Amino acid sequence: MIRIEPRPAPPRLLTLGVPVLAALIALALAALPLAFAGADIATAYGEMFKGVFGSLFAFSEMLTRATPLIFTGLAAALAFRARLWNIGAEGQLYLGAMAAVAIGAGAIDAPAIILIPLIVILGAAAGAAGMAVPALLKTRFGADEVVTTLLLNFVILIFVQMMLEGPLKDPMGLGWPQSSPILDQGMLPTLIDRMRVHAGLILALIAAGIAQFMLARSVWGFRLRAVGENAAAACHAGIRVNRTLIGVALISGALAGLAGVGEVAGLKGYLTADLSPGFGYTGIVVAMLAGLSPVGVVIAALFIASVFVGADSMSRAMGVSSYLADLVVSMSLLCVLIGGFFARYRLVRAAKAPA
Amino acid sequence: MMDLLQILVSDSFWAASLRIATPLIFGVLGALLCEKSGVLNLGIEGIFAAGAMAGWMAVWLGAGLWGGVLVAALAGAFFGLIHAILTVPLGLSQHVSGLGVTLFATSVSYFIYRTALPNVTSPPRIEPFRALDIPLLSDLPFLGPVLFQQTALTWLALIMVALVWYVLNRTALGIAIQAVGDNPDSVDAQGLSVYGLRIGAVVAGSALMALGGAFLTMSAFDAFFFGMVNGRGWICIALVIFASWRPGKALLGALLFGAFDALQVRLQTEVGALVPGQVFLMAPYILSIIALVIAARKADYPRALLTPWFKGQR
Repeated sequence: MIRIEPRPAPPRLLTLGVPVLAALIALALAALPLAFAGADIATAYGEMFKGVFGSLFAFSEMLTRATPLIFTGLAAALAFRARLWNIGAEGQLYLGAMAAVAIGAGAIDAPAIILIPLIVILGAAAGAAGMAVPALLKTRFGADEVVTTLLLNFVILIFVQMMLEGPLKDPMGLGWPQSSPILDQGMLPTLIDRMRVHAGLILALIAAGIAQFMLARSVWGFRLRAVGENAAAACHAGIRVNRTLIGVALISGALAGLAGVGEVAGLKGYLTADLSPGFGYTGIVVAMLAGLSPVGVVIAALFIASVFVGADSMSRAMGVSSYLADLVVSMSLLCVLIGGFFARYRLVRAAKAPA
Repeated sequence: MMDLLQILVSDSFWAASLRIATPLIFGVLGALLCEKSGVLNLGIEGIFAAGAMAGWMAVWLGAGLWGGVLVAALAGAFFGLIHAILTVPLGLSQHVSGLGVTLFATSVSYFIYRTALPNVTSPPRIEPFRALDIPLLSDLPFLGPVLFQQTALTWLALIMVALVWYVLNRTALGIAIQAVGDNPDSVDAQGLSVYGLRIGAVVAGSALMALGGAFLTMSAFDAFFFGMVNGRGWICIALVIFASWRPGKALLGALLFGAFDALQVRLQTEVGALVPGQVFLMAPYILSIIALVIAARKADYPRALLTPWFKGQR
């Protein structure tokens, strides 16, 4: 007879070790699909490693890919801490990107010192507005935010397509559904000469730092954690639960919006309907791997970005489908969930209880 | 206005409604079964994709149409089992585990499809289920086209509605499944296995969901496309709440949804010049959100939904 028993206090080593172990196991499990695809496994891992650490360019590509993941990871981590299930980062990302091109692609001709902050602030505001709707539907009507945020992702993506064929369409775009490019002075500067990694990464790191500090040290962070751990008790203690939830919803949406800002104003320069290959959803994996800690999000985003960039490069070299990366990412989520169980509980052999 | 009336009385409109509703009927029933036992299954979106891919591929490899249906159901059951193990004995977050299963099932399906067919320009086609042709019945006016010229999978969906209703309300097993979603302690006190009931319900529900996916590749279309599920799974999760966890109302919800979708396609051709087409494409998702908001206030959730239960721990 095996019984499940909660550990009195999860050992620190386990809390930190579990995500690392989960990530490594998921990476090792990639050998199965690689074998299925008939690839030489050692060569494939070598190509993946080279694809991330093989050159400065490769490394810069990884950092570029990590930037939106830090933002969407933070968006998920903060919301999940308050047990607000924001699965809508994908849509909020597009809202942020749309605001960025709406303001930055010629609507206002201002110098960089004005235009860039304007783009960043409006992009964040658009993302926040996108999460305000499901948050209000939850607090006012009790509508489950999981379903509303998931469905809004589709609504927003279709809305983006509509805008790209309408008001936001680039008249010089040869008929392609894409927006006009953001003005040069509206683009976030790149960090390394002739590389794509851009100042969005700095913004993301600052956001993670602030989030970490606020969560651990501020009254706001305390309220957020209290609501997440036990909403009824928090309410009893005089915390206004709905207000806290809406507050964290706005911040979570804003962070996801910033992911979109970085992708258009830091990287692509213009908006298309395939801007994000699922950064919003991958952000959830990042947040879970990070144990919902903002600093952890940075590390997890670097790992996930490495998987994507490495697998892309391996895929080009060896012809194995790059869906391998999505497979590894989803397996690392399942592994970290299982690992989290063993960090919090232990199995004890117990004598059968007398009937 | 006359046009609208003409649409609403035409047999092709109602036939299309039932056809569009079919994958949703499977999906809503599957989600309902899981949730009745106390487990939210957000793996549905990925399980749809897995069912669509597995069923299609089995037929493409020569398994026959019903072989494909079986393979799809087994694929759904497999991913459902993963979700069940994570959420029932391990008691992990049903939200996160479900999303994990969706990501996993989707990427497994895409990876296998891509690996089996590395460089195809147009997706290979199979011979899908044909419309039924029942002597006399199929020739009936109105009812013939609406009911008796559907494919066999639509009929399977309707039979499943009756079956799930019967099992849940008229059998001891069904009563136990409902009880385990409301009050697992009482089920345990009767010496029944909470784990067994919940795992069984999630696995069976996931197999049903996969049939919804199989309908897409084996009846609605004849090939597999990336992204073809397109949120249908999430719509099912909203419809379960709208249906207050009742199979009959689930059927009604799916049909209403199908009717609305069929209507918007027809309206699009009428007023397409005035309104951008995307407005119509958005409509189903917005409709689901509205349905959810209306139903949410008086939603009678299974009381133990989302609550893990551990043996020997009260």
